[in-house]
Amino acid sequence: MSNVFKGVEPLVVKSKISVPYHWWAGETASAFFIKLRDEQKISGTWCAACKKLFLPPRKTCPLCFSAQIEWKTVQPVGTVTAFTVVRRQLAAMPRKAPVIYAMIKIDGTETGLLHILDEVKPGDVKIGMRVEAKFAEVRKATIFDIEYFRPAR
Amino acid sequence: MDKAAIIGIGMTKIEARRDDWTFADMAFEATRKALEDAGMTIGDIDNVITTSNDFWDGRTISCMAVGDASGASDKNVSCVEGDGTFGALYGLARTLSGSYGTTLVTAHSKGSQSVSSLITNAAFDPIYNRALGLDMIGACALQASAYMHRTGTTARQLAQVSVKNHGNALKNPVAQLGMKLSVDDVLKSEMIADPLHKLDCSPVSDGCCAIIIANEDRAKKYKGKPVWIKGVSMCADAYFFGDRDLSTAASLSKAAKQAFAQAGINDPSSQIDFAELYDAFSYQELMWLEGMGLAGDGAAGKMLEEGAFDIGGKLPVNASGGLLGGHAVIAAGLYRIAEVVRQIRGEAGAYQVKKARTGLAHGVNGLAGQSHCVWILGKDK
Repeated sequence: MSNVFKGVEPLVVKSKISVPYHWWAGETASAFFIKLRDEQKISGTWCAACKKLFLPPRKTCPLCFSAQIEWKTVQPVGTVTAFTVVRRQLAAMPRKAPVIYAMIKIDGTETGLLHILDEVKPGDVKIGMRVEAKFAEVRKATIFDIEYFRPAR
Repeated sequence: MDKAAIIGIGMTKIEARRDDWTFADMAFEATRKALEDAGMTIGDIDNVITTSNDFWDGRTISCMAVGDASGASDKNVSCVEGDGTFGALYGLARTLSGSYGTTLVTAHSKGSQSVSSLITNAAFDPIYNRALGLDMIGACALQASAYMHRTGTTARQLAQVSVKNHGNALKNPVAQLGMKLSVDDVLKSEMIADPLHKLDCSPVSDGCCAIIIANEDRAKKYKGKPVWIKGVSMCADAYFFGDRDLSTAASLSKAAKQAFAQAGINDPSSQIDFAELYDAFSYQELMWLEGMGLAGDGAAGKMLEEGAFDIGGKLPVNASGGLLGGHAVIAAGLYRIAEVVRQIRGEAGAYQVKKARTGLAHGVNGLAGQSHCVWILGKDK
């Protein structure tokens, strides 16, 4: 670079990307969230060819490309397969730190469901721990209709 | 595969905050350095690939915004969204297509200009996952917990990766964060997301890297010593975060296997002399080494403790300081390729490894290693 810019104070142009965006949930996620809201039930999609139950549900099998899937309701209990306690208040978090995030393998499914753990001390969480869903009192057909997971009783 | 080589590299110094340069200024600097390195002028470049990410850049079609600064005004220019190793793979494919004799590939980003937590949170599926508020650090912390649980890798071993790579970065003039640390320094640093301390995490960085790829004919025409591309492969795992076994790197194992096969390598741990890996977090260096078969499953931590991955070790890993030494997202994998080229040419100065005939460079795209790109580069054609 030539030195004609020497001594120039670097200025900052402040801006923000703020674009309202509506994600159409699609019929599969809509059916999942309506059942969660109205019946407090968690449901996944079963691929008969792969003999696997997927949660979150998919319209088609993510492994074998088949569109032959059926709904199955599962019990709202599962096992922690990975977890973290986020202690720094990271910008994306909807709650005050510390927040415990976990990957939960719901009984009968082949996949992990990402969610928040509560009613447990951070130091007491372990991989292999059994947890259950705590459904929200007021449900709005979102992932927070499961308010969080807690140690199974 | 027809033969192709990397004949020029250009790296800007990786810095925490480069407030006197725009993206285009960085791209110009990296391109100018690559051309100078190769002994070429911009007229010798047949086509250009730029690599970027719209969210990180704060504008849509971000890759097109640096075309002019990459010397592409009168050339065919195309773009890749993702890590620089994926941009370079596209550049290689264009070179091997026969349509272009030389391809310039650039990759840039500035972490300093935005809020990384909000940007990486947007990588999650918006219907089921995003509202939970997890970001890249949290996602990788989940993966670290699963990996450590399965393999028995310890927090001290993770910390040792940080000690090694920050120490190596002290020797590399383009690295951002060289530090002399002890394992206890790392373990005493702020716990951001268990099990990851602050010093287990790579820093936020600004940087741009450029490389020039040439086919066999053109590789001989310029002053630079060609470094030959022996094998390249990429592989992606499932998009839904919960569909993957987070404790393993299945897509990396496949990509590495394919790249080794192309390069005629049947015993990677004895035939790969050194590696530059995507250590965005300390545990990843160990996990990726195992995923690629350069260490036995669950054995990388112990090899690290024995010094195997030191600059003077059996398999030097991230002699440059890696991403822990400076992590310009998107550009990071292209920096790995450029650092391997530097080693093979014997130009790495204070961090030069002893045996550098065949090296491996690795890039990652997606949450916690969803997809991987593996490059095998060699001194011999």
